[in-house]
Amino acid sequence: MMRNIWVLAEHTDCKLKRVTFELLTKGREICAAVGGTLCAVLIGSGVESMVPDLQKWTSKVWVVDHPSLENYTPDAYAKAMTTLFEKERPIMLLLAASSNGRDLAPKLAARFDGALASSCTEVVMDGGRLVAVRPVLGETAFVRVGFKSPLQIMTVRPNVIPVAEPESPSNGTVEKVDVTFDEKDLRTKVLEVTKAAGKVELTEASIIVSGGRGMGGPENFKMLEELADVLGAAIGASRSAVDAGWRPHSEQVGQTGKVVNPTLYIACGISGAIQHLAGMKTSRWIVAINKDPEAPIFKMANFGIVANLFDVVPKLAEEIKVMKTD
Amino acid sequence: MNILVCVKQVPDTAIAIKLDAEQKSIDRSELTYVVNPFDEYAIEAGLQLKEKYGGEVTLVTMGPDRADEALRTGMAMGADKGVHISDPALEGSDTLVTAKVLATAIRGLPYDIVLCGKVATDDNSGQVGPALAELLGIPHISGATTLEVDDAAKKATATREIEGGFMRMEVPIPAVITAEKDLNAPRYPSLPGIMKAKAKPVDKKDVASLGMDPSSVGLAGSKIQPMGMSLPPEREAGRIIEGEAEEAAKELARLLRAEVKIL
Ligand SMILES: Cc1cc2nc3c(=O)[nH]c(=O)nc-3n(C[C@H](O)[C@H](O)[C@H](O)COP(=O)(O)OP(=O)(O)OC[C@H]3O[C@@H](n4cnc5c(N)ncnc54)[C@H](O)[C@@H]3O)c2cc1C
Repeated sequence: MMRNIWVLAEHTDCKLKRVTFELLTKGREICAAVGGTLCAVLIGSGVESMVPDLQKWTSKVWVVDHPSLENYTPDAYAKAMTTLFEKERPIMLLLAASSNGRDLAPKLAARFDGALASSCTEVVMDGGRLVAVRPVLGETAFVRVGFKSPLQIMTVRPNVIPVAEPESPSNGTVEKVDVTFDEKDLRTKVLEVTKAAGKVELTEASIIVSGGRGMGGPENFKMLEELADVLGAAIGASRSAVDAGWRPHSEQVGQTGKVVNPTLYIACGISGAIQHLAGMKTSRWIVAINKDPEAPIFKMANFGIVANLFDVVPKLAEEIKVMKTD
Repeated sequence: MNILVCVKQVPDTAIAIKLDAEQKSIDRSELTYVVNPFDEYAIEAGLQLKEKYGGEVTLVTMGPDRADEALRTGMAMGADKGVHISDPALEGSDTLVTAKVLATAIRGLPYDIVLCGKVATDDNSGQVGPALAELLGIPHISGATTLEVDDAAKKATATREIEGGFMRMEVPIPAVITAEKDLNAPRYPSLPGIMKAKAKPVDKKDVASLGMDPSSVGLAGSKIQPMGMSLPPEREAGRIIEGEAEEAAKELARLLRAEVKIL
């Protein structure tokens, strides 16, 4: 039997997301270790333009292109995956731990009675056995898990796997698969999709400028936006700032918000409560600006400034602007 | 309307986690337990539906004896009754097994909608809601930040966050909806609520009474096998940049270029 290792490609606006290449990198590594063939699965409507990029990485690209797949819905995507699974049962499926990946993976695990390790931050070989590492308990601990199932499914966090180079030029074959949808496959209807154009998505951002209660009010976030602009960063917020109504929940970082993994996280007026740290402590570099020298955030930060943020943030933005035009 | 809400009792993550001597699992001796924060949004959503349409809110939990406290908390908020699935054989169940056990219990109950939290803060899997829907053969929407249920038209509309935006979706009910933090502001249990909760009925179930095979649950039935735990490496506190705000900002910018290398 062919040992097929599948990667579900994530894309937006007909562009593959970086996490797709992260998954392909990991998939290739797993294939090399356990033996197997790396395949990509591309699902959507009008997705053809993304095929060549996937061919560079894989032996085979499975494509399901259908108008009913224009937007992700668990029903329609699960139907597409089911049709593919029936053609050739993979032994492993890697998905992004994104809003959609985390929505689809458990549905597939339940449908095919597979083992699912979700939100993995590491996937390693341990004595010939595949082991996934996943953070638990509000990111305060990691658990290592093995799989006991012919089908292994993993969702992997964006930003945790450095992307390798593709093996281009490659001659991965392409197989288009037709899927017919009937009403029970399309129970979930998408009524509306709203996207903020040009905004850096928090979970994918490599730089985040984040504000907490110390920002003092919604109007002061303008200052953070200016800093974010010069850095090409996304804006984050603590729960206090969100619950005060200063920022939307979609920007909340932490246990009941998002887990982010940027290269640089700048925390402004954030004390560093354990539930906030849960969302950002894996950041490569952490900078804290806080007027309280005892704030727990300083225990995490690579660089700290003990000062009034209203004095520091505009100066920092100015300084960086100058540097960038040098 | 028959509203089911799945709840889980989880360790309060505000308390520092320690590992046991074998580094296999957490040291539970000093833990305190709370209702999974995301489940509180699900309970609140259930109570609001009951206020609108009448009917009953039933809490369903799988967990050891102490999980009764989670049911009592939800009932103190206003839920009517509970189902508590408890059995030593369930120890070590992975999230798919948990979904199977909950699905088995739920199949025996009347329901128009099933509400869950988006994720349990202890296991961080987010699997139970969507898996439960699949096992029950009904649709789901996960991570709802808004929810409207139209009982007459038998449909639910919810908004969920996607990367860079939002998606509004509609499903026929019965359906499983999992709650994101933004969905509502959970009410606090009132004192009379707490008193009343003590007398509310809880239906106790075990593996046998669900008609499940003990070998299909617990660690034996699980496909995910825990192999050990570790704590994240301690982050070393870095350095405090001295000087007045302006000077410090300047120095930070220099460090961002020289060391962080992002400029
Ligand atoms: C179940 C649960 C889940 C939670 N989930 C999350 C979560 O996902 N994310 C999250 O962030 N929190 C979460 N919390 C809340 C968390 O416990 C803290 O309450 C919250 O993170 C505090 O936010 P903050 O740091 O902005 O506010 P505070 O703790 O009030 O800190 C504000 C900081 O700003 C500083 N400051 C004030 N003014 C200035 C100034 N002018 N210049 C410089 N510094 C200044 C102060 O010194 C202080 O350190 C959760 C809590 C619970 C119980």
